[in-house]
Amino acid sequence: MSDYRIQGETGEWEVVIGLEVHAQISSISKLFSGAATDFGSEPNSQVSLVDAAMPGMLPVLNEECVKQAVRTGMAMGAQINRYSRFDRKNYFYADLPQGYQISQLYHPIVGEGEVVVTLDEKDPDSEQKTIGVERIHIEQDAGKLLHDQHPTMSYVDLNRCGVALMEIVSKPDMRSPQEAGAYVRKLRSLLRYVGSCDGNMEQGSMRADVNVSVRKPGDEFGTRTETKNVNSIRFIQQVVEVEARRQVDLIEDGGTVVQETRLFDAARGETRSMRSKEDAHDYRYFPDPDLLPLELTEEFLSECKASLPELPDAKRARYESELGLSAYNAAVLTADVESYRSFEELLSVTADKLGKSEKDIATSTANWALSIAPGVRNSLGEDADLSHDTAEASAAILQMQAAGDISGGQAKEIYEIVLKTGREPAEIAATEGLQQTSDTSAIEAEIDKVLADNPDKVEQYKGGKDRLFGFFVGQTMKAMKGQANPQIINDLLKQKLG
Amino acid sequence: MTEFTDMGVAAIRDGVRDGDFKAVEVAEAFNARVEKAGALNAFLVTTPERAINAAETVDKARADGGQLGSMAGVPIGMKDLFCTDGVETTAASDILKGFHPPYESTVSGKLWEAGAGMLGKLNLDQFAMGSSNETSAFGNVVSPWRRNDGGDAKLSPGGSSGGSSAAVAARLCPAATGTDTGGSIRQPAAFTGITGVKPTYGRCSRYGVVAFASSLDQAGPMARDVRDCAIMLGAMAGFDPRDSTSLNAPVPDWDAALSGDLKGLRVGIPREYRVDGMDGEIDGLWQEGAQRLKDAGATIVDVSLPHTKYALPAYYIVAPAEASSNLARYDGVRYGLRDLPEGADLQEMYAATRAAGFGAEVKRRIMIGTYVLSAGFYDAYYTQASKVRTLISRDFQTAWADCDVILAPTAPSAAFGLGEMVGDPLTMYLNDVFSVPASLAGLPASSVPAGLNKQGLPLGLQLIGKPLDEQTVLNASLALEQRSAFDAKPQEWWT
Repeated sequence: MSDYRIQGETGEWEVVIGLEVHAQISSISKLFSGAATDFGSEPNSQVSLVDAAMPGMLPVLNEECVKQAVRTGMAMGAQINRYSRFDRKNYFYADLPQGYQISQLYHPIVGEGEVVVTLDEKDPDSEQKTIGVERIHIEQDAGKLLHDQHPTMSYVDLNRCGVALMEIVSKPDMRSPQEAGAYVRKLRSLLRYVGSCDGNMEQGSMRADVNVSVRKPGDEFGTRTETKNVNSIRFIQQVVEVEARRQVDLIEDGGTVVQETRLFDAARGETRSMRSKEDAHDYRYFPDPDLLPLELTEEFLSECKASLPELPDAKRARYESELGLSAYNAAVLTADVESYRSFEELLSVTADKLGKSEKDIATSTANWALSIAPGVRNSLGEDADLSHDTAEASAAILQMQAAGDISGGQAKEIYEIVLKTGREPAEIAATEGLQQTSDTSAIEAEIDKVLADNPDKVEQYKGGKDRLFGFFVGQTMKAMKGQANPQIINDLLKQKLG
Repeated sequence: MTEFTDMGVAAIRDGVRDGDFKAVEVAEAFNARVEKAGALNAFLVTTPERAINAAETVDKARADGGQLGSMAGVPIGMKDLFCTDGVETTAASDILKGFHPPYESTVSGKLWEAGAGMLGKLNLDQFAMGSSNETSAFGNVVSPWRRNDGGDAKLSPGGSSGGSSAAVAARLCPAATGTDTGGSIRQPAAFTGITGVKPTYGRCSRYGVVAFASSLDQAGPMARDVRDCAIMLGAMAGFDPRDSTSLNAPVPDWDAALSGDLKGLRVGIPREYRVDGMDGEIDGLWQEGAQRLKDAGATIVDVSLPHTKYALPAYYIVAPAEASSNLARYDGVRYGLRDLPEGADLQEMYAATRAAGFGAEVKRRIMIGTYVLSAGFYDAYYTQASKVRTLISRDFQTAWADCDVILAPTAPSAAFGLGEMVGDPLTMYLNDVFSVPASLAGLPASSVPAGLNKQGLPLGLQLIGKPLDEQTVLNASLALEQRSAFDAKPQEWWT
């Protein structure tokens, strides 16, 4: 996986990447106040006295946020620190009313863990790589400055101010833009499984600081730069590419990389220096005296543990071993929360309808969920009303198909009508004539006719011309107006032709 | 009958309850007295109507046969560090001039609930930083006390709760709230001949109290006797979920359990508090105080608090460090003063606002605090000071094996003259030498007036107790009060 190389004038270079991912914790209220956290509300409509840092206001820790961070750590098999503490990171900015951010520098809540990533999640043969997680800590988000509301003044919106974030700090274990992308995708999937973050990068629920350095393969780490607040996987990969290229060119031109904070300009596709180490802030971290150290009880930890869902890797393994799905299907179905949830629902409803075990119908259901149904939805495009796309409807179609009442082609047609109209599949099959017959005597009568009408071909077939079998099937189906169960035609023909 | 303004908390409350007089009469008497005491500069804001309204509510409740609170009918002064809904709250700083909080501090709210009324907001050292009240942006408070040399030299009422101490000593109110970070209740109480109690850290909620140093700030009562303090502390204390450092412990009925009988009590005398160059009168009073406690049934034991000499330097690192961060919110963006010079950017607005809004002492402490937290110095100062703090706590824990309460002087001198020490911050800081250890250890401590010095100025003795053992502190304070029979009061020169 790590054969990504940058070609320079002096030879090949390797890129070293570490990511600090800021994930907004899904919680109803903020980390230290009761204000709401809804996205897209009126500016300054979700600001408590604490968020606005009024005199004498004090932070009170939201236990739900702690729980989510612990659950996230557990999902990464990470060390959960029974003792952690909040520190103040001091700096002045108009989006930071307190004049400090409450964070965890010295004693984070979660220590070392790991995330196993696959470069191509949908390719079961793709190599896996373990990316180390250094730590996860909890901290407050800042507010937002609005510069376009007034010709000479900036406005401040404090709605985000105080919202809980997890900062998930990786080790410098990634070696290519693809690995960085795969890591963030896997992280997002994990967070969404756990339910600790909605992973919505467009709304800023997840963003990354991208640390990049370059070196000749086998050398010591080079000097790194940190590109702040990158808000999509595509941009993260782009930052790695352009920043690595920039560093290689710089070094080869006789320059040196300086440790600095950079910004990504997505429009121009380049990174720009924001501030160097020399004029970096001195944040004067110290323990927040308004908050007691956070000590987690065994009871709290067991609660967190018990509330964890089955995680992606375990689920994928179970789909293969218990449900007998192919590695590919298992990988795709477990890649994100929506796909496994809708699959498991469909599987359960269909198994109920058919009175069969989930294992027995898993492969056909997966086939429907991953290939047949998406094909129909894609071909319909805008015409599909996805609110009609229920597990109940799909299960009804699968049930008719399993009973031999409809063919595969009819199943697709019925599904198409369901998506357009929301009508019942059984009613569609009946009124639209989308049914096939499994009536053996009717089929047998037609077969007899076909064979009687084509004695020469029967002779030739019996003489060894096997390909004619298809001809008989076709003729029979034609006589049945396409509505006979092809399996039954096959079986009967084989009997008759001996 | 005694004049209302000579009455204390218990006398007023009991008189109102028993129908001897109306709460409104009491409020009117104190309002009138406050109005005539402008020369003391004790009040930053007077709120006579609030005092009357609260009194009327109590009178009506009594007439209706309703339940009366523990402070019913008692008008009090509120240190202007407590945010009071709709009443200007400035912490005696220009940076908060005109700030009217839309919320009430927990402690003031509890007092109003207990039936107290507010006479006004009391002056203090700016952001509670100071030991003389001279750092207030609105002029210093003048102590009602004068030396007995016939002169009219103006004296400090102590600090930071100097408005509170002066107002209680001058009978402008029967009691007032104070806050104590390194001695800000005890030292002004000692300077003005009144009683003050700093409870265990966490007893009183800090919610709505303008923060100075969060790990040390603690509210407490200031009144003219121990019983009044016990009553008022009962109304102020209690767990508050809005303050994470608030103690979730039951609040005992200190007033009911108050007893000056110290039989079986062991009183520790810490030898390290006998500092070089100590005022002979204070040393003498200290020994006398020990004798009085002995007379009350206590045994006197020598104890050692070996790290005492490091307490003051540690305090002057920890408190400014926290203050430098706590005061970052006064930036001119959302409330309070904003100084926006022509064409200034954000950084320049911060600089101009804070330069104009903070006083010299506040700036000095912000500078010290910023320095001790800065990269490269943090370990040498803040980390080291935190360790000292742990050692000081340990000293006390060790001492509790041998004693139940500790007796020490409150301050190294009697009240000094205003202006005498302003140019010498270090000497000023030394004034906190006896009060700071109990603050660093979060222990309950009181100051009780124990006598007058040769100049006719009050001197106080300090009692320090175990965590959550306010009762023993109060009991020993009562015994001292009973045997000191301190009844001196300042000559009324200010009206």
